[in-house]
Amino acid sequence: MKKLIETQELYTDFFTFEGVVKALNGVSVVVNQGETYGLVGESGCGKSVTVRSIMRIVQQPGKIVDGKIILFFKQKDRQKGIDIIERSEAFMESIRGNDISMIFQEAGTSLNPVFSIADQVGESFHLHRLDGMLEETIQQLGAEIAETWFIPRFWKTLQIALYKSELNHLKAFDRRVGEIDSRLADLEDIGDPHSLSRKAYLHRRRERLSKKNPWIQFVKHIPFLRRYYRRLKKTIKHHVVELLKELGVPNPDNVVCCYPHELSGGMQQRIVIAIALACNPILLIADEPTSNLDVTIQAQIMELIKTLKKTTIASVLFITHDLGLVAEICDRVSVMYAGDICETVAVKELFRKPLHPYSQGLLNSVPRLEQADTLETIPGTVPNLINPPSGCRFHPRCPHAMEVCPKEKPSLIEYEENHYVACYLYT
Amino acid sequence: MTENLIDIRALKKYYPVKGGVFKRHVADVKAVDGVNLEIKKGECLGLVGESGCGKTTLGKTILRLHDATSGRIYYDRSRSVVEEAEDGFNSDNPSEVRRSIELLKKIDMTRLKGKGLAAMRKKIQIVFQDPSNSLNPRMLVKSIISEPIVTQHLVKARELEGRVVELLSTVGMANEHMMRYPHEFSGGQRQRIAIARALATNPEFVMMDEPTSALDVSVQAQILNLLMNLQENFKLTYLFVTHHLLVVKYISNRIAVMYLGRIVELSATKELFEKPFHPYTKALLSAIPIPDPETGREKIILSGDVPNPIDPPPGCRFHPRCKYIKDMCREIEPELENADSDHLVACHRWKEI
Repeated sequence: MKKLIETQELYTDFFTFEGVVKALNGVSVVVNQGETYGLVGESGCGKSVTVRSIMRIVQQPGKIVDGKIILFFKQKDRQKGIDIIERSEAFMESIRGNDISMIFQEAGTSLNPVFSIADQVGESFHLHRLDGMLEETIQQLGAEIAETWFIPRFWKTLQIALYKSELNHLKAFDRRVGEIDSRLADLEDIGDPHSLSRKAYLHRRRERLSKKNPWIQFVKHIPFLRRYYRRLKKTIKHHVVELLKELGVPNPDNVVCCYPHELSGGMQQRIVIAIALACNPILLIADEPTSNLDVTIQAQIMELIKTLKKTTIASVLFITHDLGLVAEICDRVSVMYAGDICETVAVKELFRKPLHPYSQGLLNSVPRLEQADTLETIPGTVPNLINPPSGCRFHPRCPHAMEVCPKEKPSLIEYEENHYVACYLYT
Repeated sequence: MTENLIDIRALKKYYPVKGGVFKRHVADVKAVDGVNLEIKKGECLGLVGESGCGKTTLGKTILRLHDATSGRIYYDRSRSVVEEAEDGFNSDNPSEVRRSIELLKKIDMTRLKGKGLAAMRKKIQIVFQDPSNSLNPRMLVKSIISEPIVTQHLVKARELEGRVVELLSTVGMANEHMMRYPHEFSGGQRQRIAIARALATNPEFVMMDEPTSALDVSVQAQILNLLMNLQENFKLTYLFVTHHLLVVKYISNRIAVMYLGRIVELSATKELFEKPFHPYTKALLSAIPIPDPETGREKIILSGDVPNPIDPPPGCRFHPRCKYIKDMCREIEPELENADSDHLVACHRWKEI
């Protein structure tokens, strides 16, 4: 299996007034190519923080303190990854929404209420697929130009000229960025002072490069002349409609003109998925995509994600607190508790033989379809992460707690083949 | 056969929609539209449905938190009294109708006023969905729990504190929690406080409005077990509103399935899960994500969304999403009929499918 993305001993802290919230306590996750990977846990256990750290969108006052996030797909040599924590913000922008994209928890709040659906879905095309859109627009205009008479012909020629200058600038930008990225990749593991300063210089240069063509920026401020841009918007809108059609949105021509509040919850979630899929991502992160939808709508959305998994996206990182959904969709799963990974295992194995006491407790506390006796519970509550319990963070609630548990944090060991568990019961 | 605690007949709750310059009455949101339901003494009746189908409105109308548009609710009346009032109300003879309305003023919960209503409120209580919103952040736990006792004048002032301690211990909390504010507690503990408040007046009937939907799985299990113990100890009757089908299967004896303001199926829990008749119930049951990767179940995926309750589809309300649709479904609205022993279903074609 080829690795796609890996985190190594990731620590993320939130510096609040009450103290430092140690949200992630050395999280190591590997997502392979072509699999659906699940992160399960209760609220506040750090599932969302993990994926936000991977995307590097942890909000203030949060900060990634330590650890590595290694990306394997951005390079020709897939064995050697690049650590994205050290990379510039400009580099992250080229990855976010393009190679890795994310579906957020509440569709209603993650959509902007003041932009229409066409604008919001089109934004991804605008940011990451602009060259293709420009080429298409130029082609269309070129085909139309022969059939028109004098004044429109002049207008269309002008449009083509403007789009071409934008396209050329964009190509030059891509070339330069590609050069810098390949040089940075060569310097990746070298740590001597000279190459470090060289690296810093390259980062600065990459940050300074701009996608924007100054000449076009000027034209966009001239009344009437700036209307040339509408043609491009029309092309993008056409692509948005196509995309929505693929996702099974009923009558997409009307939906693109709507605003988010006009749509139902399930439909909003489809739009968020459309935004995430606009650029055919390599990895799709789904952060509780169905947590406040009804069961029947949830089934629709899950079916959609499953079919997309077969056709377009390579891998899915699926976050949920619902063990039923995990059983349904995931291949491999990590159980998280209070910022720690407790257990990483194939889904079937987890439900057949959970090893970690927390996974056992979690599985027993979910009502089953054929539940006869009373539900077992885990005593106590999730600890406060400002003063987390020492050693294994689960030990105050653990029925098998031993002397060693409060002293030292257990590391994740491979107990059986592909069955990793972090507990002293198995060492 | 056990007595009915609550008997609901043709209950309707419409919310007016106003529009235009003069805020004229334009249309109605038909949240609850003609519900007949019996809640037996000592049972837990689960009420299931998608969001916006009127489950919570139905519960709140029973509690008189909302006033019903029309319909009758009888609380703890013997069957003969209910039948007498119903017969009079539905008869063609105007004098008889008038006489039954006089009777209804005394026994119908939707028509109660003043002291009669206050006495009734003692017996019916509610636990709300989200404990962080339903507890006043400025009140101490002690005053939150004692508030219903004080307003109902149930206990003498000097016995009040002892009563609060007792209530806290029944929900598994210690008396040092009494002098704290709600924000100092976790979600599960807050829900325990809300349950203690509901039990403060020694009610007979408690409505649970999605009490576990804001909680985590491990805490949810704790609360569910607590609720079951309380029901046994205090001989309570529950109306358990939820959209989580596995939870409702765990806790309730009978389940009513609601769709767009109407009850489409009503049956004992076990029977409903084994042999659902209504196509909507079938779809709902098949859509539950089961925590077991090795169940190879066929899923029924419903197309589309729940229609707008302002303008519900004519005939059977489920027909735009139903795959067994026939011409009859578009025109005639199906009534609840007895399919099996005490298994009611509202569908024209339940025999065939």
